[in-house]
Amino acid sequence: MVRQLIRVCAVVVLSFSASWAAADTIKVGVLHSLSGTMAISETTLKDTILMMVEEQNAAGGLLGKKLEAVVVDPASNWPLFAEKARELIEKEKVDVVFGCWTSVSRKSVLPVFEELNSLLFYPVQYEGEESSKNVFYTGAAPNQQAIPAVDYLMNEIGAERWVLAGTDYVYPRTTNKILEAYLKAKGVADKDIMINYTPFGHADWQSIVADIKKFGSAGKKTAVVSTINGDANVPFYKELGNQGLSAEDIPVIAFSVGEEELSGIDTGPLVGHLAAWNYFMSVDADVNDDFIDSWLAFIDDEDRVTNDPMEAHYIGFKMWVEAVKKAGTTDSSAVQDAIIGVAVPNLSGGLATMMPNHHITKPVLIGEIQDDGQFDTVWQTPGTVPGDAWSDFLPGSMDITADWQAPLSCGNYNVKSGACSGQNYE
Amino acid sequence: MINLKTLVVLAVVVITSASTAAFGDDFDSAVNELNTRSFDDKLEAASRLATMDHERVDVVLQALIDGKLYKKKGDDTVVVVVSLEGGGYQLTDAASGEDLGKVGRRGAKKISVNNKLRRQLKGLFASRQLNVDDPDARIAAVQAIINAGDVSLREILLERREVEPVEDVQDAIDVAIVVFDLDSKDQAIKLAAIKASAYNLDSNVRVKLTAIVSDQSLDQQLRDAAISSLANIEELVERYQWIETLFFGLSLGSILVLAAIGLSITFGVMGVINMAHGELIMLGAYTTYVVQTLFPYALEYSLLIAIPAAFIVSGLVGIAIERGVIRFLYGRPLETLLATFGVSLILQQAVRSIFSPLNRAVATPEWMSGSLEIVQGLSITYNRLYIFFFALLVFAALLTILQRTRLGLEVRAVTQNRAMAQAMGIRNTRVDILTFGLGAGIAGVAGVALSQLTNVGPNLGQGYIVDSFMVVVFGGVGNLWGTLVAGLSLGVVNKVLEPAAGAVVAKILVLIFIILFIQKRPRGLFPQKGRAVES
Amino acid sequence: MLTQMMLQRLMDHDRGGWVFLAVLLAIGILVPVANLLVPADSFFHIPTYTVTLLGKYLCYALLAISLDLVWGYCGILSLGHGAFFALGGYAMGMYLMRQIGTRGVYGDPELPDFMVFLNWDSLPWYWYGFDQFWFAALMVMIVPGVLAFLFGWLAFRSRVSGVYLSIMTQALTYALMLAFFRNELGFGGNNGLTDFKDILGASLQSDVTRVVLFVCSVVALALGYLVCRFIVTSKLGRVVTAVRDAEARTRFIGYRVEHYQVWIFTVSAVIAGIAGALYVPQVGIINPSEFQPLNSIELVVWVALGGRATLYGAALGAGLVNYIKTVLTGALPEVWLFVLGALFVIVTVALPRGVIGIWRQLRMRGNHG
Repeated sequence: MVRQLIRVCAVVVLSFSASWAAADTIKVGVLHSLSGTMAISETTLKDTILMMVEEQNAAGGLLGKKLEAVVVDPASNWPLFAEKARELIEKEKVDVVFGCWTSVSRKSVLPVFEELNSLLFYPVQYEGEESSKNVFYTGAAPNQQAIPAVDYLMNEIGAERWVLAGTDYVYPRTTNKILEAYLKAKGVADKDIMINYTPFGHADWQSIVADIKKFGSAGKKTAVVSTINGDANVPFYKELGNQGLSAEDIPVIAFSVGEEELSGIDTGPLVGHLAAWNYFMSVDADVNDDFIDSWLAFIDDEDRVTNDPMEAHYIGFKMWVEAVKKAGTTDSSAVQDAIIGVAVPNLSGGLATMMPNHHITKPVLIGEIQDDGQFDTVWQTPGTVPGDAWSDFLPGSMDITADWQAPLSCGNYNVKSGACSGQNYE
Repeated sequence: MINLKTLVVLAVVVITSASTAAFGDDFDSAVNELNTRSFDDKLEAASRLATMDHERVDVVLQALIDGKLYKKKGDDTVVVVVSLEGGGYQLTDAASGEDLGKVGRRGAKKISVNNKLRRQLKGLFASRQLNVDDPDARIAAVQAIINAGDVSLREILLERREVEPVEDVQDAIDVAIVVFDLDSKDQAIKLAAIKASAYNLDSNVRVKLTAIVSDQSLDQQLRDAAISSLANIEELVERYQWIETLFFGLSLGSILVLAAIGLSITFGVMGVINMAHGELIMLGAYTTYVVQTLFPYALEYSLLIAIPAAFIVSGLVGIAIERGVIRFLYGRPLETLLATFGVSLILQQAVRSIFSPLNRAVATPEWMSGSLEIVQGLSITYNRLYIFFFALLVFAALLTILQRTRLGLEVRAVTQNRAMAQAMGIRNTRVDILTFGLGAGIAGVAGVALSQLTNVGPNLGQGYIVDSFMVVVFGGVGNLWGTLVAGLSLGVVNKVLEPAAGAVVAKILVLIFIILFIQKRPRGLFPQKGRAVES
Repeated sequence: MLTQMMLQRLMDHDRGGWVFLAVLLAIGILVPVANLLVPADSFFHIPTYTVTLLGKYLCYALLAISLDLVWGYCGILSLGHGAFFALGGYAMGMYLMRQIGTRGVYGDPELPDFMVFLNWDSLPWYWYGFDQFWFAALMVMIVPGVLAFLFGWLAFRSRVSGVYLSIMTQALTYALMLAFFRNELGFGGNNGLTDFKDILGASLQSDVTRVVLFVCSVVALALGYLVCRFIVTSKLGRVVTAVRDAEARTRFIGYRVEHYQVWIFTVSAVIAGIAGALYVPQVGIINPSEFQPLNSIELVVWVALGGRATLYGAALGAGLVNYIKTVLTGALPEVWLFVLGALFVIVTVALPRGVIGIWRQLRMRGNHG
């Protein structure tokens, strides 16, 4: 009996610890939810990386080896993200991971990447206030999206009253705090700023849209800055359209609505509402046209769109490839050193450079929604803007800076106290 | 004499044709000048166009507003495009109307328009629409002119006022002129305008009045008048707000009723805890999408087709669930929960595999978009209004089925005493299939309604399942009236609380209220009576 | 005399219970040894990944046992047990948060990062005391316990039962989820509590700490099992089973049914809280999604799949479902929901007694033949 039991145990244990020895491939981990609430956004990013891997292999692989993508499904479940990250790094022995969408999923996997000293490329615009040795933030920091957007509304549209509407989580909270500080610094009064938070997946927008309408009819030109996330956008825009708030009356500028989100909406009533991103599918550049063509061919569906996080993955992947070539190895520490300063073409015809704070340089584009579900660029920054990990508009992070080059090598360095804090490793 | 007359006519002809020719050149150059990066230059060119009498002015302006005006790559001709199926455009020369053939996706580039410009263009365009035959179109044009806020258009309005035959349009123009007069430099005109707009709820009026109040440089008399006008407006707005909140609540309630009423049948009448109910709703919404995809040209009627289609699709899936799973579990209600939970996972993933995890765009037909203006400042959105009545209709239909038909009689008999019903010759199996199919079909119909309000995606159902159970339990299991009253009252309570407490807290309070209420009345608002309850 | 009786009762297990305890003992010894002592390149080495994974399963198993206690033996189908689990987890998470101290992003000795971030100037009162381990450990049990007591006291006294009770527990966890999502509440909103550094002075990133936590989970599961076993075999347990089978009749005999129900419900919530507290340091994050009604339903499915009213069956179900989930989300990410869903359907329809039921049936057949 007991012996039988031990045998059973041994079998279980073996099946767990079975790990494949690293063969003649370089493994690329993909950590995006394929089921659950986030699947809607993340599945596309998984496909993007698969396409990039395929293209790289067609171009002869990397360091003489083939790339192999390892896909897992963290199922929109945050603890599962940490578990799957560990599985990818420890069990599958991947050399790099492309993944995560929400901030909480990134926070969940962060300790794992730092402990096991691996690499994560994070492709989504986020709230900043973080710079890890092991994470490369290829999405926009608040200064690469929110601030230019508000400048545009203020200068070009003449907005004087502001509604900051967001989903209640850390990205909108931070962005709105930064914007509030910024607006006040520009002389906007307290009573001209309305802040509103709603839960995830909020579906009944009647009262809030009516409130916005009321707020907007009180005298000055009003604009809405929306950090409303994912699923809640469709009912929000539908309600806006039906209650007759057109973009000419009260323009809404969104930071989380891209081509992919629009593909689930009938955009007729939304024409003229805005979004701020670092890339639009409609950008007029040859490299973008090529990217779109290969994407449509890869996914084999003429109706699919491209969006900003895909561009971020495109840039991140190219940067990683360049850094590996430069370092001559896929070793994490070597790549971390090599990647700083690497510049690759972005999809809007410029160059993206990896900064010492692990953020990249990006142009900021303001686009208006068209009735074909695309954006039309109405304004853009003259050059690229380097990502700022620690916002200058928040009292807690004003004095903090990140620089992963020697001699500082710190993601959280307080220039006043000279202390490097918040690091998980020695 | 005759000679002289001929001469004059001749001269007029010559002058006209000459000016047409000049206009023609001018027209071409104005059209070409639209192709510039600067929005100000575009506006300047468009303003010139708007004053011209050329036959293609309206076409060009409309195309610019609609984002259909492009420049052809290569020679930079300004063209009007029509998007082709499968990418690419059909080009027409904007100035001459000549067909320029087809090009690929990269063959033409849009002449972009931003919000500010679009608003001004709409005003310009509207100024040309003041003379159309349809009085409603004229009123819309007047409104567009108000919104554009272009003072230069005031004269055009005045001219039209002279000749306008229809009273409604005259009123609209008068209001518009008052709005323009609020900006007047003349004290007396301005004061009159301020007083005249005391009950005008147009948002432009409020914008201007507020500006007057806060403008220190103005005469005190003007500012006082503006303050009192604003106060009147505020009072009116306040009053309407209550009506609005009530409607919001009823609308939310009707959605809850729609989502829950199918459940009230499967759960309340049959005792099946159908966790896949939300997914049946989702299937209904996807059916709407499929119907719209199959009949792209019948968009206006797509919902009417989708309702029976969704009823059938969800009903059949429901029957399949009943036959495949639930019939083995009668008498074990809590286990139906587990099995149907499994079914719900399968249905979700199936939809994800077939339609991709992305949301699908379901278009809203014209008759359901926009809002119904009851009085100025109080309007109700059409889609919610229709859905409210639709919910009542579905409720009435269900009630009729259960109370007045043979099937309803049998269903009630089986609910009260299965064995006895069977002994009386009722075929239980048939009743089970039909009841479950009915409940599932109603869920599908609810999905059609929801597709007009929210995302059509694989997670659609999950958002409604918990709420649906709350409504059914709060109303009293097995009682349709209970579901109706519970749904509507929860909706209203939620909306009344929302302005003060915020959306999340309002919802939490409602949940706590339900929990406490159930302690007081453990079987809901309208408890079912009889022995069957205890078993 | 009394102790002897108790001992005897505890020892008086059926075969399944013995096997369960033996398995626990075996993995409680083998896994640490294979992880810490066996060299990393050896065939028998167990990577840390597997240790934390198994630790997570053990916490789920303890949670499943707590649900089986109320559902299997008491007939109360709670669709909100995840709430007690999450509350226990939050209590532990708050302790771990306070342990970060100045090592946080903003280096504030008192306030967790997310509070600095939201401009809170002082610690809210309900965070007091959580810098002490004993206090947090106490709260891990008290918070879920008190909530369960209050809820049970209200519900059972007014004889809310069956489906109504299930839906009410669901409302409870749903309301808590919405509340914890709010950033104003002071529990980190959607991000929850994360970025933990150490527990009782030991780094959470070291293998030894992980193994110790793992062993604690094994011990907690064994103890949890024994406690539940003790309760269901006691006189109280018999009364409770009587309530499950015929509530009205038991009431007529003279038992205060609601007292028994409240008591069992509270004990079960405390056990769920402990499971949550062990879960958090091993997975490294606690956030409001643990309150999701769907999580609690999935938990019910674990118990049903393993086999109700056996306790060890619940633990087995939890382990089994989660193992399948782990394997499938890695190997067949696109189809795992199909498999999981089908599994639930098949088990409920074809195996009403769960996996344990098959085993018993096979044994019975063997005995007959």
